[in-house]
Amino acid sequence: MIETENLGKVFDTFTAVQNLTLNVPAGQLLALLGPNGAGKTTTVRMIGAILKPTTGYARVNGYDVVTQADGVRRSIGMLTEQPGLYTRMSGLEYLEFYGRLYGIPDKETRAKGKAMFERFYMAGAEDKRLGTYSKGMRQKVGLIRSMLHNPAVLLLDEPTSAMDPHSAKLVRDAILELRNDRRTVILCTHNLAEAELLADKIAIIKQGQIVAQGTFTELKQQLLGRPQLEVRVDKPLNGQVKELDHLVTVESVANDTIRYRTDNPDLTNPQLVRCLHKLGLGVISLQPVSQSLEQVYLRVIEEME
Amino acid sequence: MTTLTPFLPVKQNSLRMALVIARREIRDSFRDWRIILPIFLLTLAFPALMNFTARRAIAFADQYGAEIIATQLIPFLLLVVGFFPMSFSLIIALETFVGEKERNSLEPLLASPLTNTELYAGKMLAALAPPLTASYLGMSVYMFSLWINLAWRPEPELIIQVMLLTTVQGVIMVAAAVVVSSQATSVRAANLLASFIIVPMALLIQFEAGALFWGNHAGLWWLIVGLGLTAVVLIRMGLYVFNREELLGRDIDQIRLGWMFQVYWRRLSGQGWNGRFPRPLAWYRETLTIFPTLLQPIGMLLLAFGGAVLFGIWLAYQYTLPPDMQAELTGANMAANLEQYAFLLTALPIVIILQNVRVIALQALLGVFTFGVLAVLIFMLPWGVMAFLATQFYLAGQNPFQFLLAAFVPHALLEFPALLITTAAILRWQVVIIHPSPDHTLSENFLMRMADFTRIFLGVGLPLLITAAFVEAHITTHVLQMIYG
Repeated sequence: MIETENLGKVFDTFTAVQNLTLNVPAGQLLALLGPNGAGKTTTVRMIGAILKPTTGYARVNGYDVVTQADGVRRSIGMLTEQPGLYTRMSGLEYLEFYGRLYGIPDKETRAKGKAMFERFYMAGAEDKRLGTYSKGMRQKVGLIRSMLHNPAVLLLDEPTSAMDPHSAKLVRDAILELRNDRRTVILCTHNLAEAELLADKIAIIKQGQIVAQGTFTELKQQLLGRPQLEVRVDKPLNGQVKELDHLVTVESVANDTIRYRTDNPDLTNPQLVRCLHKLGLGVISLQPVSQSLEQVYLRVIEEME
Repeated sequence: MTTLTPFLPVKQNSLRMALVIARREIRDSFRDWRIILPIFLLTLAFPALMNFTARRAIAFADQYGAEIIATQLIPFLLLVVGFFPMSFSLIIALETFVGEKERNSLEPLLASPLTNTELYAGKMLAALAPPLTASYLGMSVYMFSLWINLAWRPEPELIIQVMLLTTVQGVIMVAAAVVVSSQATSVRAANLLASFIIVPMALLIQFEAGALFWGNHAGLWWLIVGLGLTAVVLIRMGLYVFNREELLGRDIDQIRLGWMFQVYWRRLSGQGWNGRFPRPLAWYRETLTIFPTLLQPIGMLLLAFGGAVLFGIWLAYQYTLPPDMQAELTGANMAANLEQYAFLLTALPIVIILQNVRVIALQALLGVFTFGVLAVLIFMLPWGVMAFLATQFYLAGQNPFQFLLAAFVPHALLEFPALLITTAAILRWQVVIIHPSPDHTLSENFLMRMADFTRIFLGVGLPLLITAAFVEAHITTHVLQMIYG
């Protein structure tokens, strides 16, 4: 659905994006992560046929972003970081305006708009001027606008920034529904928890280049190594850890907790439990240590620096 | 969540799309009292004030029997009544073009299926429609009240001229505002740049006032044609700068002198990306590859040359020298004059070279501000003078071809191609703003063409002009002596 090959953009002498290769099939959500100025917005603008690539190519919904820009623009819904609304218009007037640009009859836009306002807990505000809306409400109107014409592809730049937790949850649910409805979504965000929750695939971009790409599990494995496991015992450990060295790689030891890594947990974990039992230690819990996207992201960024 | 139906592309109608944009913008303008109140006042209150002024002026002038002055003032006031509301088109245009950029509401529009032209046309229409309506309304109020009070009825030609002038001025202001907006990221910066529009407009109004006061209707028609052409040029430029790539892809608030120089120098010197400079012969070969692109401007300049010659001949017939001066116009006199100034011949080549270089510099400078028009006019000037003089010789009973052969041909064989090629390069450079290559930005286009002109001037024009100057000083003078001495 979205396919790019060696995509690049040079502004005069500044290279904003280079050799960017992506493939996001229908019904998948790709989270595009990266520090400010990494090239995320330029990438989204190229995919949205707003900027022309200097090198490489991109196809969106089967349309080439340079030669079939019109097809691309009809296929996408874009939410920019700043929703950029017309403050003297009411919510519905605004949606009607955009609906007309996509050839949607006003009646249909109004019906859809009202339903969306209700969906996002903004019922009653649709006839008020957008200038009176809160920041979060404006962001939601921007999102509604981007979904108005049922686009096959959604390009969302920071969709939940400036939103309260409840509104952000509503928006996340909406995004998930869109993904489940076979829409392809590219999500640019600094909210790593959100990306972890929503994304099928993650791409980390830095200085215009993709420095890591894959599913969260792949990235974890690739960047953080084998998963870490933690075992908690019922008595303090008094140097008995040495007995475990032949079984696992011990990473850290606390009073009653051992963190370790192993290549074959299916085989070693039962052996480890038995060994601890022989040492007179009862196992209270054995679980993997959670690894967050933040750890992955920071590892990538630090490695680059 | 509402059910999402599959995406279906819609058939787009450009006019409909432009009207959607225009309607939204106009509605937005009508909700802004800062725009609507002054327009309303200028539509209704200002014509009434002008009407009062006209009546008082007539009454005052009548006391001194100078009613003609007052009568001529009435059409001028009609122009003012029309122009004042029209001037709001500039404010609306700046607001609608650069304001949208500043409020970040432009990007969602650029992500929609609108084409650049539809967006541009919609915004143009939105910036023009309310002030233009107010302007026509104001003029109608003014004319109607004068008809009631003074029984003054304007000639239909005057009404058409003033309406056309007002309209075309509005289009120019809006089209220029788009160009200004493309170079600014805030309304404040755009307002500062707008003085480049307001000042020429103020001068134009004064010129129009003069033409109306003297009743020079033919001059006004020419002015309308000239302004119409300017509007076309500005719209063409606006269409080029108002596009997605230019609007979102450039950091336009910075003057990057280093980058500008780099673009210019690389093109001029032929320096490669590896930092190497070409050998002189390779540089010349590269310079010669510019020539095929000069054919079109050369064709235009040859037409201009023909026009200049015909104009010179026509002028000589219009202003034939009186017989006593004609008697002086002999080859023998010329030869005698030449002998008198023989001591200057050594310095003559330098004087000629400096003069030609100065003229080319003037063409380059003035042409930048006139899209090459003044560069062409300056090119035409010496050939017009030459034709004028040759015709005067003919009218004085002399052989004009003998005169041309003696006084011009030897050095003109080099000077004419030098000036033709150099001016063609100037023209190619200066019209790039109207028709830039889509592969580069407007600034890149401008700098690269400027470098091409410099290449042509240094590599071809200047050597030819230097040779021509020596020929003029040392060969033409001998030929003149041989023929007339």
